[in-house]
Amino acid sequence: MKIPKTYKLFIGGKFPRTESGRILEIRDAQGQLIANTARASRKDFRESVVAARKAAGGWADATAYLKGQIFYRIAEVLQGRRAQFVEELSGQGVEDAGADVDAAIDLLVHYAGWSDKFQALFSSVNPVASSHFNFSAPSPTGVVGVIAPSAPGLAGLVSALAPVIVGGNSCVALSTLSAISFAEVLATSDVPAGVVNLLTGDRAELIPEFAKHMDVNALLLCSDDSADQRLAELEAAENLKRVSVQADGVLVPSPYHILDFQEVKTTWHPVGV
Amino acid sequence: MSALRLAVTMLDVTTLEGADSVGKVRQMCAKAMQPLLGDPGVGPAAAVCVYPRMVKVAAKAVAGSSVLVTAVATQFPSGQMRLKERLTEVRYAVGEGADEIDMVISRGQFLQGEYRAIYDEVAACKEACGTAHLKVILETGELTTYDNVRYASDLAMAAGADFIKTSTGKVQPAATLPVTLVMLQAIADFYERTGGMVGMKPAGGISNAKLALQYLVMVKEVLGEKWLTNKYFRFGASSLTNDLLMQIRKQETGRYQSGDYFTQD
Amino acid sequence: MSSHDFILGSYAPAPESTDHFSLKKSYDLFIGGKWIKAATQFETINPATDEVIATVGLAGKREVNLAVKAARKAYDSVWSKMPAAERGKYLFRIARLLQERAREFAVVESMDGGKPIRESRDIDIPLAAAHFFYHAGWADKLAYAFPGARPTPVGVVGQVIPWNFPLLMAAWKIAPALACGNTVVLKPAETTPLTALKLAELFEDAGLPAGVVNIVTGAGETGQTLVEHPDVDKVAFTGSTAVGKAIRRSLAGTGKRFTLELGGKAANIVFEDAAINEAVEGIVNGIFFNQGHVCCAGSRLFVQESVADKVIRKLQKRMETLIVGDPLDKNTDIGAINSPEQLARIKALVNAGEQEGACLWQPEGTLPCKGNWFKPTLFTGCAQSHRIVQEEIFGPVLAIQTFRTPQEAITKANNTPYGLSGGVWTDKGSKIFKMTTSLNAGVVWANTFNKFDPASPFGGYKESGMGREGGLQGLSAYCNLEL
Repeated sequence: MKIPKTYKLFIGGKFPRTESGRILEIRDAQGQLIANTARASRKDFRESVVAARKAAGGWADATAYLKGQIFYRIAEVLQGRRAQFVEELSGQGVEDAGADVDAAIDLLVHYAGWSDKFQALFSSVNPVASSHFNFSAPSPTGVVGVIAPSAPGLAGLVSALAPVIVGGNSCVALSTLSAISFAEVLATSDVPAGVVNLLTGDRAELIPEFAKHMDVNALLLCSDDSADQRLAELEAAENLKRVSVQADGVLVPSPYHILDFQEVKTTWHPVGV
Repeated sequence: MSALRLAVTMLDVTTLEGADSVGKVRQMCAKAMQPLLGDPGVGPAAAVCVYPRMVKVAAKAVAGSSVLVTAVATQFPSGQMRLKERLTEVRYAVGEGADEIDMVISRGQFLQGEYRAIYDEVAACKEACGTAHLKVILETGELTTYDNVRYASDLAMAAGADFIKTSTGKVQPAATLPVTLVMLQAIADFYERTGGMVGMKPAGGISNAKLALQYLVMVKEVLGEKWLTNKYFRFGASSLTNDLLMQIRKQETGRYQSGDYFTQD
Repeated sequence: MSSHDFILGSYAPAPESTDHFSLKKSYDLFIGGKWIKAATQFETINPATDEVIATVGLAGKREVNLAVKAARKAYDSVWSKMPAAERGKYLFRIARLLQERAREFAVVESMDGGKPIRESRDIDIPLAAAHFFYHAGWADKLAYAFPGARPTPVGVVGQVIPWNFPLLMAAWKIAPALACGNTVVLKPAETTPLTALKLAELFEDAGLPAGVVNIVTGAGETGQTLVEHPDVDKVAFTGSTAVGKAIRRSLAGTGKRFTLELGGKAANIVFEDAAINEAVEGIVNGIFFNQGHVCCAGSRLFVQESVADKVIRKLQKRMETLIVGDPLDKNTDIGAINSPEQLARIKALVNAGEQEGACLWQPEGTLPCKGNWFKPTLFTGCAQSHRIVQEEIFGPVLAIQTFRTPQEAITKANNTPYGLSGGVWTDKGSKIFKMTTSLNAGVVWANTFNKFDPASPFGGYKESGMGREGGLQGLSAYCNLEL
């Protein structure tokens, strides 16, 4: 007799239940219960932001090399658990689960390779007209809220998370029910606690919370719903969160998704004796 | 192995808690005099370090041994009081039997740029010590930059410090290898300028024997063999003691040790 | 090997253990994914003990030909057709394998070349792994590195590397070449073939397709054959300026791409407002790291006259604590000189220094009689015209001059045909940037020295070479660009 998994949230490197005690059911095609997943509340989200903020400084300061190593490690662990995910995802109706997991692995390897390179692309030494050494370089924006694409599968979540994290931000992501087990991979891959926090819940309930929170610096919204978009941008205005709206599907790998969550800092220093 | 035994003789075994009692201090002194059960060749520690109220108790407990009594004074750990009262405290502790005084500099005044005041307070404490030795605690964790640590070291030595010490142990970060290096360099330069040998004491944050040995290597490399005695180098630590003893036992027997076999006080 | 023959200062010996792996008695050439016997073998010696470690194949014209053919076949049929992300994954695997076997590689590197285990363990091997890691990530991203141009591989590259950082130089050459889609024939230095051959074992373990990297061991002739081979599309060479020029001549008119990383005579400039103790550490690191066998070594010290006495005194005091000894002992600061030939070259130049009137100083102590050793050395009273100031010694020998003003330091520092690196020590920010923008050198270190990273381009001006390795800028050497 098999032991069914209890699906919980992933906050601060731990797996708590939702403080609200509410659930979202997953049933299979025959109506048989697969799992009662957590229906995260605004308080869970609040705690996640606290965890993300706590982790943000250390993660931003970690070397690019280390971040790349950790990303490659996430890929290694996911590769090792491929069979588990193919089984879980197929059971939840994902069409070609094998291709989905492989795509997620490839995204992780791809972004591992960006960790120590996007800076070279997006920095410059600027030829100002005065005798100053002047340089511009990107630095992470801080805590990013992520509303992952809504289609089931791992690739969507990974395609949204990876560019945010590899750039040195920490995040709170609203995952699909199918992808929440990715938290197990993160928890065993040397990712510092709090850098990635994963919630499952109701999009309509949580998108406004992500958009309203004053201690979230940026928002990635994967949605085709223009009402969602308008609401998010309206609420985000209160603390001028940077909002990036993407189509509700797997994001193409690109360093420009990293740049979306970077701030550019320009420094001047006189040259002369 | 000899470095481990040397390290034991450099320990200032310390208790600086609000809850310190006569009983606690007496037991700690017993440990300082005879650190390793069944091996009188190990130790004793260099000194015991206590609050002024406990000096008499400590002095009586270590009487007849080579263990010195160090008292913290000058409104340890903050130093936030008028100089007059802080000097009274020094004289009181010396009167009770302290061989050494660990004073704190006024970090607030240092950070306000009142460097003359720092020089003056160290000089005044040195005078109040009489024949007792003066260690000057810089509280490097509050000075924060290496430049500040270097400058404070130079001020303290110019004003007559016998030892410069990193920390009270009440503030994080306490002693670190880089901060200690800066202070050792200051001592080396002072020796070159004046011929005076000043001692050094890193305190707090040295929790295991391996780290302690790294400090000793640094002292040897920067200052040389002359400083490798408890006359010129001390460790301010509490949990270091048993780790040193465990490592000594491990070197002798080839076995990793358990805390069960070493006395806690 | 007993350690009592060596000087250890007064620390107890701390020998690195060598019993967790084994070396073969003889190695063949690695061509087309197979180990091919060469017609003859030659010995590789441990320069600290004069003992033979192993024999390796001596690749002649026939073997070099085979290697280039194998590289061409691998390029045409496999490597150029493989999706870029997959190329990258092979490099990630190689990086990981090197991390896993790091300790073994560090010990072999120290045995074969003479450098202290602390350096091979903490610097050479981790950096080599990092180079593979870094370049793995570029394989599928090259289009971003060349905005407005389309990068394509060059083809087959022939690479000749020196003996001072044997594994690291192999990584610096192989990783970017493969990331950009090229295949490789590599010739390690004559005195240090072993870690490159062990790297070939990692290629096998990683499943790297046959012929993508080929290793042909040998001496100068083997290298020349490789460089002049008509089917090599690009040449990469790190070594002496003299050989670099010879290579450049032999490539003239052939249309072959090439990069050269040659000698240097870096100026390490210490101002009166530097953090003096830290500057002294920087001077020591600059010239005594890796026994001074470093192209970018800070071999000319320029110290501001107002602090010269103080700096030199502290430097001498620090040199007295340096431990010259068994490369495999963890206490050792300065290991063995790489070969009797190199030792002779150093001695000859040091003699010249004394003949020309500079004043030599070395710390006290005796050196072991077996093996190749030289004490850390400094010369005061040097002049621009002295051979020890003009010529690259490639040993633990520092030539010291004074200066009065920043402009004087700049002029003297730049007064050399070399231009690889330089160092500046001052606490004043604007002066740092004035110096770094004025020094004619490809790498300038301010308040630090001998820092390397795969993300940071490295290479020289003038006769120190052409082209850069590492970083975004290092990729162009291994790509053709369609504009």
